[in-house]
Amino acid sequence: MTGIVGYGTKIPRYRIKVEEIAKVWGADAPTYKRGLNLNEKSVPAPDEDCATLSVNAALNALKRAEIDPADIGAVYVGSESHPYAVKPTGTIVSEAIGACPYVHTADLEFACKAGTEGMFIALNLVKSGAVPYALAIGADTSQGAPGDALEYSAAAGAAAFIMGKDNLIAELKDTHCFMTDTPDFWRREYKHYPEHGGRFTGAPAYFKHVTGAVDAILGKTNMKPDDFKYVIFHQPNGKFPVLVAKKLGFTEQQYLPGLLSPTLGNTYSGSSPMGFAATLDIAKPGDLILLISYGSGAGSDAFIFETTEKIDEVRNRAPKLRTQLDEHKIYIEYGTYAKFRKKILLPN
Amino acid sequence: MRKLAIIGIGLIKWGELWEKSIRQIAAEAISKCLEDAGTDRIDAMTIGNMSGGLFNGQEHLSSLIPDHLGRKNIPAMRIESACASGGMAVRTACLEVASGFSDYAIAVGVEKMTDISGNEATYALATAADQDYEAFHGVTFPGLYAMMAKAHMDRYGTTRDQLSSVVIKNHYNGSLNPNAQFPFKITSDQVLKSPMVSDPLRLLDCSPITDGAAAVLITTLEEAKKLKKQPVFISGIGHASDSIALSSRKDILKLEAVELSTDKALKMAGKSIRDIDFAEVHDCFSIAEIMILEALGVVAPGEGGKASSDGLTGLNGNFPVNPSGGLKSKGHPVGATGVAQICEAVTQLRGEAGERQLKNIRTGLTQNMGGSAGSSVVHILEVI
Amino acid sequence: MQVPRYWREIPKRYRLEAAQCKKCLNISFPEKFSCPECGSRDFKTIKLSGKGKISTHTIIRIAPEGFNDQVPYGMGIIEMDEGPRIMAQITDCDPEKLKTGDRMIYQFRRIREDGSTGVIMYAYKFVPDVGI
Repeated sequence: MTGIVGYGTKIPRYRIKVEEIAKVWGADAPTYKRGLNLNEKSVPAPDEDCATLSVNAALNALKRAEIDPADIGAVYVGSESHPYAVKPTGTIVSEAIGACPYVHTADLEFACKAGTEGMFIALNLVKSGAVPYALAIGADTSQGAPGDALEYSAAAGAAAFIMGKDNLIAELKDTHCFMTDTPDFWRREYKHYPEHGGRFTGAPAYFKHVTGAVDAILGKTNMKPDDFKYVIFHQPNGKFPVLVAKKLGFTEQQYLPGLLSPTLGNTYSGSSPMGFAATLDIAKPGDLILLISYGSGAGSDAFIFETTEKIDEVRNRAPKLRTQLDEHKIYIEYGTYAKFRKKILLPN
Repeated sequence: MRKLAIIGIGLIKWGELWEKSIRQIAAEAISKCLEDAGTDRIDAMTIGNMSGGLFNGQEHLSSLIPDHLGRKNIPAMRIESACASGGMAVRTACLEVASGFSDYAIAVGVEKMTDISGNEATYALATAADQDYEAFHGVTFPGLYAMMAKAHMDRYGTTRDQLSSVVIKNHYNGSLNPNAQFPFKITSDQVLKSPMVSDPLRLLDCSPITDGAAAVLITTLEEAKKLKKQPVFISGIGHASDSIALSSRKDILKLEAVELSTDKALKMAGKSIRDIDFAEVHDCFSIAEIMILEALGVVAPGEGGKASSDGLTGLNGNFPVNPSGGLKSKGHPVGATGVAQICEAVTQLRGEAGERQLKNIRTGLTQNMGGSAGSSVVHILEVI
Repeated sequence: MQVPRYWREIPKRYRLEAAQCKKCLNISFPEKFSCPECGSRDFKTIKLSGKGKISTHTIIRIAPEGFNDQVPYGMGIIEMDEGPRIMAQITDCDPEKLKTGDRMIYQFRRIREDGSTGVIMYAYKFVPDVGI
């Protein structure tokens, strides 16, 4: 058996409301609130980045896994906002959690899919017997260009999963991938903000790949939507995951626990992994969970997990995602947000 | 050990000396000192300077200053102990003479701090803290002393007014000192309205950034008798260190280096703190003077605040402290401060302090410290 | 170039590694050459739990070079449950509301960067222990 032995998340405490951003750019807030089902988003503090969110999420995962970090043989950090262009985030994480020096580590990038990429590799490395435990993290402090639609959703957060073979809290049942070359969103080297294809990011991109991955894994396992207790989709906003869930025949009860974007925003590589973590926070032993990521470029990874008896034992060892998301929030205005996100031109 | 005497002092007007360089102000103070002593003889020179490197991009003051003075072959050395560099330079000059290595040793303290921006100066000063475990994390000196102030207020009930009483007293004294950087009185209201720097310390709780220099000439008691000025006898010298990081101390309200250096100096002089008539102490922040009063043993721990607001330390109090105006009003060119304290004690003991002259004094104490009291040096001076 | 000086301290800055004297069990953070309590040089490395309380604190409103974008920020001496006291920033809070004795917990944070092209320095900071 292969699966998850511990999971943990980290969400910055700062939030900005959609109205606050809309006010600055003369945009219509209700359009974003109703149209994209977005109300507010997380904002990283000036002393947070993809590496710090990753470490703090991984330390929460270790609290749940209760394993010796030196036994972690592989660390993968998926992000599109690695703090360095050249120099791994994974080494920072490995050092901070105490996994160095006998560890394989790599930084991954695939727009919003880099987190589940790490999960896919970690699970298969453990399955192969190459390492006893592997850590996969999806983390981002994404930036949308000022005034662009993405600015209303680009948020920050991280989810970390430790994969192993024994004492599982969720067992991996199957995986499937769906990939094509579809340039719906990108950021060129040396550029600060990404660009996107507008409505092209919808039907030929997000919906095609998510649907393709779900159809493929259901076909492969001979399962149907109502076999699952929960489903989690990548959530670039609050609208796309709801639309695709309905289109595929999933119900609110299945997708709501993992739908975080209306008050979290899009945490990119952290998005569907964080939705998955929120679902593990409430799942009962024996629940089947379907997780589908999406990354522009484009592709989706699909996973089926089944929770075990151990889930009830470990979940209270670290803060739950909903606690991090809903409690102790600090709201900031656009000026502070612009300063925090280094959108203000300074002399040097 | 030979007996020591101070036969000359030299002090220039402190402030933002835009037109003068570090070498110029050092030479001016030395020149005034020699004039005061009535001799040109210098066998050795010690230079108290915290950071010519960071403030001026200039190390090697031991060559620079004698060279500019026109006395390029004087054996000179720079002494560094952060803000206690000046006091340590005086102590080292004393060792030169006491040991018989030199008969006339001059200690000059100098710091030229306005060649860099305020931010850069804050950084330079913070190098006196533990670089890896304090400064790295963004703490500043006002921050370190603010933490002591907060703890003092928490434990002993020290009040905002008591902190202000130190500031008001020192500015009053400084208003009578023509060499002071800020020779004016201030009110409690002005302290309260000054910007917060690091809670609870406000701008007017903090000593300023200053350019300044000071010098003292030391010789043997025997030689001193040959010269024109009334010699002042150095009867006690004490020096001690403590952990550099405030967080390493078991009790951050116990200034162990100050206690130990005071005890040593008093023991050498054969005196108790009750025999001391006045003191010049290192009031880099208002809270520092309160804590030093306690460390000297003038008052019990926790009573420094009340003693200050009760007037114990005023010019007419039972134990006048910082008649010069202290670091607060006179200025704090870090490496010069410890030397200038000696200058003030000598001025008072000679009876040359003008409007701020203390009455009926024979024995004075100077206390100069580095960082958050990671080093401290105490001198006891007497009129003969 | 601050890289070697930063890198050398990583085990302490990232993981709160402290030195426990094998003779008298006193814990030093950071480690010392010999035990300040008993003088022994025989230590074992331990990892601090990262939990503690504020022993004293302040708010830095005028920052040194490299910290200007963070002002005003909380700064305090945190007394760890194991004994050692650590000087650190207190982040993710309104520093005006901090009180002596408040419970604190370790977080891994960015401390500063060596300009826009230099190394990024990370270390411990503390945040109020509110369960998130």
